[in-house]
Formats: sequence, structure tokens, C-alpha cells
Amino acid sequence: MVGVNTLREMYEQMVTARRYEQRLQEEYLEGKQPAFDISAGPIPGELHLAAGHEAAAVGVCAHLDDEDTVTAPHRPHHVAIAKGVDLDRMTAEIFGRETGLCKGKGGHMHLFDPDVNFACSGIIAQGCPPAVGAAMAADKRNEDSVAVAYLGEGAVDQGAFLESLNLAAVRELPVVFVVEDNDWAISMPQDRITDVDTIAERADGFDMPGVRVDHDDAIAVYEAARDAVGRARNGNGPTLLDVQVHRRMGHFMGDAEGYRPDEDSERAQRLDAIERLADDLRDRGVDDAELQELRELAEDRVEDAIEWAKAQPEPDPADAHEDVFVDDPAAASGGDD
Amino acid sequence: MSKPASDPGTGGVDRELTMSRAMVDAIASEMRADDEVFYMGEDVQDYGGIFDSTEGLLEEFDRDRVMDVPISETAYVGAAVGAAQAGMRPIAEIMFADFVGVCLDQVYNQMAKNTYMSGSAVNVPMVLTTAVGGEYNDAAQHSQTLYGLFSHLPGMQVVVPSTAYDAKGLMHAAVRSDDPVVYMFHKRLMGIGWMPAPEGPKTPVPEDDYTVPIGEADVKREGGDVTVATLGLHVHRALDAADQLADDGVDVEVIDLRSLVPFDTETVLDSVEKTGRLVVVDEDYQSFGVTGEVVARVAERSPDALEAVERVAIPDVPIPYSRPLETEVNPQVEDIVAAVESVE
Ligand SMILES: Cc1ncc(C[n+]2csc(CCOP(=O)(O)OP(=O)(O)O)c2C)c(N)n1
Repeated sequence: MVGVNTLREMYEQMVTARRYEQRLQEEYLEGKQPAFDISAGPIPGELHLAAGHEAAAVGVCAHLDDEDTVTAPHRPHHVAIAKGVDLDRMTAEIFGRETGLCKGKGGHMHLFDPDVNFACSGIIAQGCPPAVGAAMAADKRNEDSVAVAYLGEGAVDQGAFLESLNLAAVRELPVVFVVEDNDWAISMPQDRITDVDTIAERADGFDMPGVRVDHDDAIAVYEAARDAVGRARNGNGPTLLDVQVHRRMGHFMGDAEGYRPDEDSERAQRLDAIERLADDLRDRGVDDAELQELRELAEDRVEDAIEWAKAQPEPDPADAHEDVFVDDPAAASGGDD
Repeated sequence: MSKPASDPGTGGVDRELTMSRAMVDAIASEMRADDEVFYMGEDVQDYGGIFDSTEGLLEEFDRDRVMDVPISETAYVGAAVGAAQAGMRPIAEIMFADFVGVCLDQVYNQMAKNTYMSGSAVNVPMVLTTAVGGEYNDAAQHSQTLYGLFSHLPGMQVVVPSTAYDAKGLMHAAVRSDDPVVYMFHKRLMGIGWMPAPEGPKTPVPEDDYTVPIGEADVKREGGDVTVATLGLHVHRALDAADQLADDGVDVEVIDLRSLVPFDTETVLDSVEKTGRLVVVDEDYQSFGVTGEVVARVAERSPDALEAVERVAIPDVPIPYSRPLETEVNPQVEDIVAAVESVE
């Protein structure tokens, strides 16, 4: 049984993540009207928002500490929030500001926060091998930290994922692979590209447990992840956790989803894990006033982060030439450092 | 081909196309003519290609000829190699050139080398299409051109159209080639609704099939004072720079390299022998790449003609995300103007 305080925290994180994506969507589209121009407005480039994926983030990260490593894919914000990434500096990064997590160099698909051991990458499945490496480091140093690699169901056909499953399994490394199954890889439905009923079955061929959470439910994810993370922490090797989530927005902002049946979009709106958790909290005696308060706290936090980020300076163009190396022999011999 | 590539604007053609429409026009025509031609990539069916590279094909061809594939570039690019060696004419798309990393072996050890390693006992008549380039703040993993990487590794022909006319002619030539051709289309030139393109790439495009020969550069603007050799998006930036410089009395010749492999050294040499001054502009990393190669070829063949030279390229840093940072590293019109002035 999950404690009510844990559930409350998970709820707060979920509404924070949802609110965050809604507000980023508004900020992103500002300046891209009337005609959508991907490079215009306060947030440039592609933007992949995770509304509908929150349960997979909070249910797993509830079991993690700062020392545990998480790698996320191109759709990273909800996982970053659940992992405790600094929201102000993450937001400043997304707005391309100097005080962002990565000084404006990385952007929304390339967020790095070493304080909580979080990173993400925009190339499909390529966060898996580094997660295995973090687990390898923990294993070699006899530390009990674990690593979690997030990926979408479309990413499971990529070599980097399959090779990572095998390496983690054969070395019995403390890794949990979390597949966020939202049924779609951009415009490609799962059954067009992957010929298994559930991604969890992939684990069979690697001699590791594959666990499917087939409904978008934070408590069910929490319980499945407790076993998987516990198994890893206790030195019993990796687990593949396959979680059903829902894509409530387009693949990226500006995606008109012409390929997607209306019923499917409507279903994603209807099956809302946040509402489900709110019902569970009510059953556990948390009243509407308190839920409302948690939502308002989340809204304030998001608003503060966005306001702070937008007040930050843009990077100095000359900074573009820095950071290729931490230890640049050319710069050192120039005597500037 | 009845008229010179450098003169697409006349000859009674009144149909103007965007680059993506011209590219698809050629693919459809080749698929109509030959059942052995097929297209595979991610999101090429219902989405029509993220950058419109297959938009509309599904209206005419079935899902076996316009194939969505798993996000398994090694498998499907390698499958194109195998199908090509079996005699088919596959076109495989890597959504962004940046993603070549996950399937590089199939590209450079298999596709590119099988002809040579077999002593031409086999050949690989496939096309590898891929979107390139930045200037919309998509950061380090989604903005590269990698022109130099593909061109450096021997065994693949590499073409980079900068206009609709060239896009169609080069696609016809690529599909008909008996060798592997990497066809790199710049996202900013395709004429996609959500990514405004400059006006230049939209040109008249004849209905009939024609080829633009692989290995021929094209003088996009004639001039006597300074040669600017470039490709892709930067052809249009160089033309803008030339317009500005013309107001100051500097007469710039703009060469669209168009093919990197094989490389048309003669067209560049002829121009430099006329102007004596060379500026090479490239949206790829500066060191060990296209700009150095162009300068080296001219220096080897015509050292006396070369009075002054400048390179304008990405200064050997990954492409940063933030707008002021990306603008700093990606050559802008002003950077080209400044380089021309510095050699002038
Ligand atoms: C190697 C590679 N191939 C293709 C892409 C382009 N791409 C970005 S997201 C995506 C779909 C991913 O689907 P999924 O893994 O299910 O995650 P979702 O976007 O649904 O969260 C693709 C094909 C990429 N980034 N990297």
C-alpha cells in the first residue's frame, strides 16, 4: 500500500508537469502566429511535450534519490521534474538563456543536471547505453545507486536499446529500462513497426523480467517500479518496465496529427492518469480543497520558473566558442585561463 | 536535358515548384517508370516525410512502395543496400543527416565499399536521402549538414540541390545512377509550411523528366571580381550577399557546387582564374572538410591564379541551441559580405 503522503507528492509532481507543458505550449506558440514558423517566438526549435506521460515519470522516480541516474529521450520535461531537476534553470535552458542548465547550448532535448544525475538526448534510444554505464560505475564502486533509462515504444527497435538490454543483463547491472508506450512513434502506430503485443515481451529474450503496466495509473507504476528498482538496488540485475501512457498533444508542437484517428485523440484525453490519481486521493480522505491547493502550488511554481527564465539574459554570442573541451590546450596556451 | 541548368527560368516553363514538390515529382516519375524503385523511411507514409520529402506519394503508390519502417536505421538502410545489390532501385531516407551515426556501418562500410571491395562484381544502385542543416534552433543533434563526412568516405556520390530545378534533375540522375548516391536536401529550402524558405529555391520546373548530371557545379550568378563557392542554403545567402556587394560596385560570381562527389574542380578553377579571389562558404564544420578541400584543389591546380582566399564555415563547435549562439556559428549574409570584402 502506498502511503498517502507519497501519493500527494506524486500528484503534485504530475500537476506540475502537466501545467508546465501547457504553459510551454502557450509560450512556444507565441510569436509563431498567425503563420507557424518553427524558428520564431520565445522558444525556438522543436518542442516535444509530455502531457499524458506523467504517471510513468512520477511512479518510477518516487523510488530514486539524487545519486541515482536517469536518462530521458527527446520528450524529457516530466521525467526531469520528477527527478528533481532545477525547474528555474531548466526553463531558462528551454528559453535559450545564459543561466540555463547548459548555458543555452543544449536546449529542450539536451538537458543536463549533474546535481541530480539527469541527462537526455534527442537521438532515439541513445540514452540507454549511458544509463548502463552509470550502473556499471555504481557496480564497480560497490555503491547501491541505480540507473533508469526512459524511452518510447518506438525506440525499442533501435540497436542501442537491444544491445543495452543484453549488456545490462549479462553483467547483472542495476538498470531499469522504462518504456513509455503512447502507441505512436510520430505518425507510426506501434503495430506498423513492432511485431509484439507488448514491449515487455522483449525482455524474455534477454533473460530479464519484463513487466507491463497496461493502464495509465501512477499507483500501478509506483508498485511495479518498487520491485524493479529494488531488484536493481539489491544487486539482482535489470528489469524492463513497459508502461502504457497517452499522448495528449501532437508529437511536437505544430504537428496537426492528420494521421491520427479522432477517437484515439479523444481516448487519450479521456484516460487521464491525473484524474485517476485525484480519485484515489479522494478515496484516501484528501478533500477537493486540498487537491485544489496542490494544483495552485504547482501553478505558482511553474509560473515562477517561467517568469524567472524570461528575465534571464541571452548568452553572449562569443560564448558559442567555449565548452568544446573543459580543458582546452589552445585556450590555455593563449594565457586567458 | 534540352536547356542549361543555369537557366531554369526560361524556355516556356510556367510551373513553379518548391524544392520538396520538385523532389517528389522526380521520385514519382521514377516509380511510375520502374516497379523496382521504392521509398522507405520513418513517417514517409501518412506524414509524407517530416520535411515533405514523400508528400503525396501515397495517393498514387501503395504502402509496399512507400514504406514506413521501424526506427531501425541500421536494418532498413542495410536492407536498401541488399535490395540494391539484388538489382532493385531503393530510396532510403534517414530523417535527419545527424541520425547517420546509428547506422554508419551500413553507410560507409557496406553501401559505399561493396562496389570497390568486389572489384565491381556487385554494385549498389540506391539513393540515400537525408535532411540537413540548421537555422531553426534545433541544436547539436538535429542541425548538422555533415557534407564533409559523407564526402570524405569514398564510394558514395553526394549531391546537394539548392533549387527546385536542380532538386528534380538531381533526383532523376540519382535514381538512375548505378552507384549509391547520397541526396542531401536542406530543410530550410524545401518550402515547408512551418519552416519558411527564402524565395530563391522556388523555380520553374519542367513537367518532363530531365537530369542534372551528378558532378557538375553551376554558376548561379556571374561576376568578375570575387568567386564565392558554396552549396545548399548558403547559395541563397551568397546571392543575397552578392546583391548587397553589387551596390558597392563589387561583382561577385556565385558557384553552386551542387555535387560534392564527384567534384567539379574545373568550374571553380575557371572562375578563380578570372577573379583571382576565392571565398568558400559552407554550413559544415570548418576543419578537415569541404571548404579546405575546395581551397586545396584550387591551390594545387592554379596556385598562381589564387591571390586571396577566405573560408566561412561552422567554427568547429557543435551547433548550439540558443538563437544568438547559433547565429554566431552559422554563416550569415553579413559574414559572407565581410569575407568578400576582406579578399577584395
Ligand atoms: C536514430 C533516430 N531516428 C529517428 C529519430 C526521429 N524521431 C524523433 S522522435 C521519433 C519517434 C519516437 O517515438 P517513441 O520512441 O515512441 O517516443 P514518443 O515520441 O512517442 O514519445 C523519431 C522517429 C531520432 N531522433 N533518432
